[in-house]
Amino acid sequence: MSGQSTSVAQTPAMSASVVDHYLSEHAAVGPTLPALGVAWIDGLRREGRDAFAKLGFPTPRDEAWKYTRVAPIEKRAFRLQGELCIGFDEDDIAPFLLPTLACHRLVFVNGRYAPPLSKPGKLSPGARLMSMDRALREHADLLESHLGRHADPSANGFTALNAAFMADGACLILGARTRLEKPVHLVFLSIPQEEPVVAHPRNLVVAGEGSQAQVIESYASLGTGTYWTNVVTELVVGENATLDHYRIQEEHTRAFHVATLQAHQARDSRLRSHSVSFGAQLARNDINAQLDAEGSECVLNGLFMADGRQHVDFHTTVEHARPHGSSQEYFKGILDGRSRGVFNGRVHVHPGAQKTDAMQSNRNLLLSKDAEVDTKPELEIYADDVKCSHGATVGQLDPDMLFYLRARGIDGATARGLLTYGFAQDVIDRMPIPQVRERLSHTLLTRVPDAEHVKGMV
Amino acid sequence: MAASTDHVEDLVGKEYEHGFVTDIEAETAPPGLSEDVVRFISAKKDEPQWMLDWRLKAYEHWLTMQEPRWAHVHHQAIDYQAISYYSAPKTKDDGPKSLDEVDPKLLETYAKLGIPLEEQKALAGVAVDAVFDSVSVATTFKDKLAQHGIVFCSMSEAIKNHPDLVQRYLGSVVPQGDNFFAALNSAVFSDGSFVYVPAGVRCPMELSTYFRINASKTGQFERTLIIVDEGAYVSYLEGCTAPMRDENQLHAAVVELVALKDAEIKYSTVQNWYPGDEEGRGGIYNFVTKRGDCRGDNSKISWTQVETGSAITWKYPSCILRGDNSVGQFYSVALTNNRQQADTGTKMIHIGKNTSSTIVSKGISAGHGQNAYRGLVKFAKGAENARNYSQCDSLLMGDKCGAHTFPYIEVSNPTAKVEHEASTSKIGEDQLFYCMQRGISEEDAVSMIVNGFCKEVMKELPMEFAVEAQKLLGISLEGAVG
Repeated sequence: MSGQSTSVAQTPAMSASVVDHYLSEHAAVGPTLPALGVAWIDGLRREGRDAFAKLGFPTPRDEAWKYTRVAPIEKRAFRLQGELCIGFDEDDIAPFLLPTLACHRLVFVNGRYAPPLSKPGKLSPGARLMSMDRALREHADLLESHLGRHADPSANGFTALNAAFMADGACLILGARTRLEKPVHLVFLSIPQEEPVVAHPRNLVVAGEGSQAQVIESYASLGTGTYWTNVVTELVVGENATLDHYRIQEEHTRAFHVATLQAHQARDSRLRSHSVSFGAQLARNDINAQLDAEGSECVLNGLFMADGRQHVDFHTTVEHARPHGSSQEYFKGILDGRSRGVFNGRVHVHPGAQKTDAMQSNRNLLLSKDAEVDTKPELEIYADDVKCSHGATVGQLDPDMLFYLRARGIDGATARGLLTYGFAQDVIDRMPIPQVRERLSHTLLTRVPDAEHVKGMV
Repeated sequence: MAASTDHVEDLVGKEYEHGFVTDIEAETAPPGLSEDVVRFISAKKDEPQWMLDWRLKAYEHWLTMQEPRWAHVHHQAIDYQAISYYSAPKTKDDGPKSLDEVDPKLLETYAKLGIPLEEQKALAGVAVDAVFDSVSVATTFKDKLAQHGIVFCSMSEAIKNHPDLVQRYLGSVVPQGDNFFAALNSAVFSDGSFVYVPAGVRCPMELSTYFRINASKTGQFERTLIIVDEGAYVSYLEGCTAPMRDENQLHAAVVELVALKDAEIKYSTVQNWYPGDEEGRGGIYNFVTKRGDCRGDNSKISWTQVETGSAITWKYPSCILRGDNSVGQFYSVALTNNRQQADTGTKMIHIGKNTSSTIVSKGISAGHGQNAYRGLVKFAKGAENARNYSQCDSLLMGDKCGAHTFPYIEVSNPTAKVEHEASTSKIGEDQLFYCMQRGISEEDAVSMIVNGFCKEVMKELPMEFAVEAQKLLGISLEGAVG
């Protein structure tokens, strides 16, 4: 208790100075941000700035941050990366691409759009894909009814900062009944600098009525060092539209990754979100889906794997605001070393949201005696004619399964690797794009125990 | 179903059966809480200095604390200075020595509630330590228990006669500053039950207390302490009904259980306090801290509760599984109707090796009732091969009620095995149709389905209690489907 009270006593002083740091950064950078003078954009940034000034960084006293301490982010004064620096070519970024996948590719370096590395290609008529910087400057009218309307800048200090510094990112707008043949691949690369830098990418996907698209967000590092990615993505899924969203996070283990995915779904829309978190020393992912009209469906799948001193946190919220909605969540976590995993899945069925069908599952595997997992599947239900269930498990590899494999001449370490692989592969198999599956299975194989032998067996 | 709705409302609107006030001159402390009040209570009860010091320490701590806000309940702010913290039925001389000396009006109250002491003595084999408002009135079966060396008395008596035991164990499970309401209780607790079962003794009967809240505007602050020594066993029953009142009455009890090596404690509760009227006026605020400590190896603590009353229930009977191979169990049925709110659940803290815990929670919401399960399952680093199974089911009746689940699972040991499941459902039209088509009335069908839903918990209750609990569910829910 005494330790806790001292940290509480210190927090206000620390927050004040750190808040001042970002506010002065904002004062300096503010005038250079795109689309200055557009009233609603200025308003949004101001709202973010004011919210951050008020909220600061979350503390463990905030229920949503109970298990995730952001002090490591708080104690470093991250600076915005001013100019776009590219000292490398396509070969350097090849490991982060999906070479066999034909796609529309946008590459961002430290949060800024990098045209030389991007290949947007030719889109279907009715679709627009561009950087957020350009969208803000040239198509502010197209964004007005969506940008910042779903991800609340004052949700927490991170979304607030993102709104305040909103400058670049990706913007995809699909007109009615537009179908993208090829997926959109958004590659966010970070090059650590001498001093710790931060990027606040802001993405927006608007899928018009009856449209269909696949969007992949990848996050990776070029080089080692401490930096911070603070991204907010808004997905607006129109009536009867279908959107597949992937998020693959493979940042360096010294990086910090804070991400918010905010989806808004119209009538009979479908959203499938797949999140994979492999990297970063601290990764926090908020995934929120607002099922705001009848008959909307949402699938949230996720896999997290942590080792060493990594900390990974997934917070999902599904708001069933209208009747006949369905949601399915399937999350798995694998914790090794001294890592810590957190899962918080909240399903909120609003009054009147009858015939809701919500399912949630979170299963966690602890591979070492120093790993820890905290899981909290929440249900909040205000309607009676609903089907809601959740399940959560935590355990280690089944000794019977290990015995089975060992009885067949596979040694202990390999058996553990094989079972871990199988546990994780189950989530990857739910992803529709084969190239993504291949790529992730490949990464997975380098991370399971006794990877070399396991590789030969699958 | 429209036609049956009126009929249903009639049934749901059934008045609280046990609401009446016994007119007894109470010696009540003036409303308000201060150091003087704490001293007054302690002096009134003729307590030794150490007890007063203990209370004062708790009071000081309470002053620094804030009322918790995290529970999923809504109520108006409680004015702690408007509550009277002590009320004792006026005693004739130095208090009754036997039943004959008990104020006949008190006995009448018990008769109205259907718990005649004598009859219970004879028929049920249950020793009753009845707490009327805040002071023990009659304690029965003492001799029989004394033969086995079992101490079963009021807390005040225990402080006088067994100071060593009380000093050693009081506050050792729920410390004075544990939480806001526990601190309040520690400062002003009026009375409660004390049980000590010596090593190797299996308590020959079910021990039971009935708590009633009687005098208006009087908070009840019960303090119960049960210590079961090595290899001993006790089953303790607690049941409550309270007279009808308009003001909200605060009830902040603390129950501490200590199970030493190889000991077992079974603690059962049927709680049927006044829930308030249909609009939620009146009713008891039930903010209780219950915790059991499996201190020794191979010990076992089992909580069973049926919560049908109270305007607000805020209660988490917990187990600290400290001893190796210790076992914790929690079986709960919580029912909320009209404007009732319940935020209840358990905490299972696994510390010892091979510890195991089971949680079965059944929540039933009807009317505008809000029912939340909030639980923590924690596996400390040293809890090798520990396991937990949790199941939380909710049954919703009507579209205005709510059912919520907030389970916290914290695991720091890879050999731990945790399984948590939750589901939500409603009474199906087809289930009802099936029953009614076979000539079963709607209420009976609902009662049957609900009792089936709760069966897993009910079977954990001692027989006499199970009967009462089933009746209660029936009364509280009749016709709630509409």
